[in-house]
Amino acid sequence: MRFLFKTAYQQDIRLFKHGGQAFWYSALGLALLAAPFVLPDYWVSQLNFIWIYSIVSVGLMILVGFTGQVSIGHAAFLAMGAYTEAYLQGHGWPFALSLTFSALVAGITGVIVGLPALRVKGMYLAIATMAFGFIVEEGIARADSITGGNAGRMLGSLEVFGIPIDSELRMYFLTLIVLALVVLGVMNLLRSPTGRAFVAIRDSEISAQSMGINLARYKTIAFALSAAITGLAGALYAHKLRFLSPDQFTFLQSIELLIILVVGGVGSIYGAIFGAAFWIVVQQLIVLAKDWLPPAIGQQTGLQPTIFGLILVAFVLFEPMGLYGRWLKVRTFFQLFPFYRKGMFRRQKSYMKSERLK
Amino acid sequence: MLQFLQLIASGVAQGCIYGLIALGFVLIYKATETVNFAQGDLMMVGGFLGLTGTLALGLPFWAAFVAALAVMFFFGMALERAVLRPLLGQPAFTVVMATIGVGFLARGLVTMIPEWGTDTHVLPVPYKDEIVQVGGLVLSMEHLVVIAVTALLILGLYLLFKHTRIGIAMQATSQNQLAAFYMGIPVRRINMLIWGISAAVSACAGLLLAPITFVHANMGFIGLKAFPAAVVGGFGSIPGALVGGLIIGIVETLAGFYLPEGFKDIAAYIVVLVMLAVKPNGLFGENLRKKV
Repeated sequence: MRFLFKTAYQQDIRLFKHGGQAFWYSALGLALLAAPFVLPDYWVSQLNFIWIYSIVSVGLMILVGFTGQVSIGHAAFLAMGAYTEAYLQGHGWPFALSLTFSALVAGITGVIVGLPALRVKGMYLAIATMAFGFIVEEGIARADSITGGNAGRMLGSLEVFGIPIDSELRMYFLTLIVLALVVLGVMNLLRSPTGRAFVAIRDSEISAQSMGINLARYKTIAFALSAAITGLAGALYAHKLRFLSPDQFTFLQSIELLIILVVGGVGSIYGAIFGAAFWIVVQQLIVLAKDWLPPAIGQQTGLQPTIFGLILVAFVLFEPMGLYGRWLKVRTFFQLFPFYRKGMFRRQKSYMKSERLK
Repeated sequence: MLQFLQLIASGVAQGCIYGLIALGFVLIYKATETVNFAQGDLMMVGGFLGLTGTLALGLPFWAAFVAALAVMFFFGMALERAVLRPLLGQPAFTVVMATIGVGFLARGLVTMIPEWGTDTHVLPVPYKDEIVQVGGLVLSMEHLVVIAVTALLILGLYLLFKHTRIGIAMQATSQNQLAAFYMGIPVRRINMLIWGISAAVSACAGLLLAPITFVHANMGFIGLKAFPAAVVGGFGSIPGALVGGLIIGIVETLAGFYLPEGFKDIAAYIVVLVMLAVKPNGLFGENLRKKV
């Protein structure tokens, strides 16, 4: 067991809390750098998806996990980022600029969508974002001149600062760098006054308000940041797929993003990344399993939604803290060995809190 | 003018379907403050049950109708017991995710059941393709049945909530769970009953919708349009759900006819965004304030 004895304020804001963390994170970093050279191309491509989805989930986590505002329309922000990138790249903008601009467009849209958040909350907000998601989806299908409509839109090949991103290997490093920057940025944000305000709003709007937090302002910031990060991921997503069509940004996509958060563990950045990794891996496993399952089960079209549903219900019922919570429990078990008790992480029974009151 | 009335009539029928699904949401929301994202999928299962009742078991349509409602009633109660009750008192988001999971499961499992599968089915009904003429206005029997059954159902629920002990207990639970519990009302059993009723109501919507569209595994997505209906009416108000449904149904039908292509599908969502901006509590919503 390790006791952290803090003797200086500097220690409190260190990135790595102790030597062990520094060691393991460096090891992880090295493994990630080596991975694309060792793994076959197909799995590198899947890792790219994991990184992109991780960026989206970190973005959504700011909103859902840290500010406590539910959005069931995040695919729309993903679409905003992706199509802005496709459009700007088509007009010959350099990548750094178009990437920034994609995030900006998504962020501004986020502010607009966040406006109802100032008046409505909880489920009403969820439905407002859902409505927005549907409208964007339809809008993409109709705005032929920019988005290519239902026929879809192709993207040209990508070049970053003169380096052509023409292989999965190069894409891997691009997505990994963006993810690392986003995660570091969000970690820093969360220990800034803004991040603390988000968490305060999540835990209790009334107490946050009475501590002098401007709800409207911080909710809008949360929406804008969340949407901007999602837009950033959208731009990378566009380059990963090289082809965009409206059916990639449906209501179900938004729901999947939420499932990633729940499976990973709501309320932590680790959770966002665990969830994204889990999600992509499970999809691949289902594809693999189809080959050796008896055809009566393997060829069912309903196999995927059934498994997704089962996973989601099982996590909500039995592991509400998600994969991150599971990891926390395992770690605590070994740290405290042999003193771990069964009920340490038990959910507290609480009476229903009404949302109907404002 | 006649055309306009014609559109209104089919809008009302469509709106009744939305209203019925929204009613399912509202019942559950009022009692347990849970938003059930699987409502549309319950409707789909109801439709398939009706299909099995008429085709596989050879029951007459109305018998199959009642049987499907009864099965769905118990299905809803079982669902509450298995999935929702362990989550009692958890944050709304957790519960919503659980219902989304149930929706996924239902959609996936239905395609695996032989005879149901991924195909679209036609539910044979005795009133298929009949029309009624009222002074030049041509109304299809399917639409009229939707309107009539909805009216009956609403009346029945109204009587249940106003004039029976169990209905009044349900009202008490929906107003204040803790207080109701202290008054000796078996809150959990009431919640279970509410889920049963709500599942039966949405199955009813599914069976009424079946002759107009078809029965297939993804018909549950129409349930998403019932959210706007519930919000417009004021989430948590039973007459509001119906009125909201009618408004959405009529607006959608008119938008489909008078506005350019594409507006029909998003009309409901535009209406709900406007409503949330203007009057977030909906037409019949209660405006409560928290006192500290």
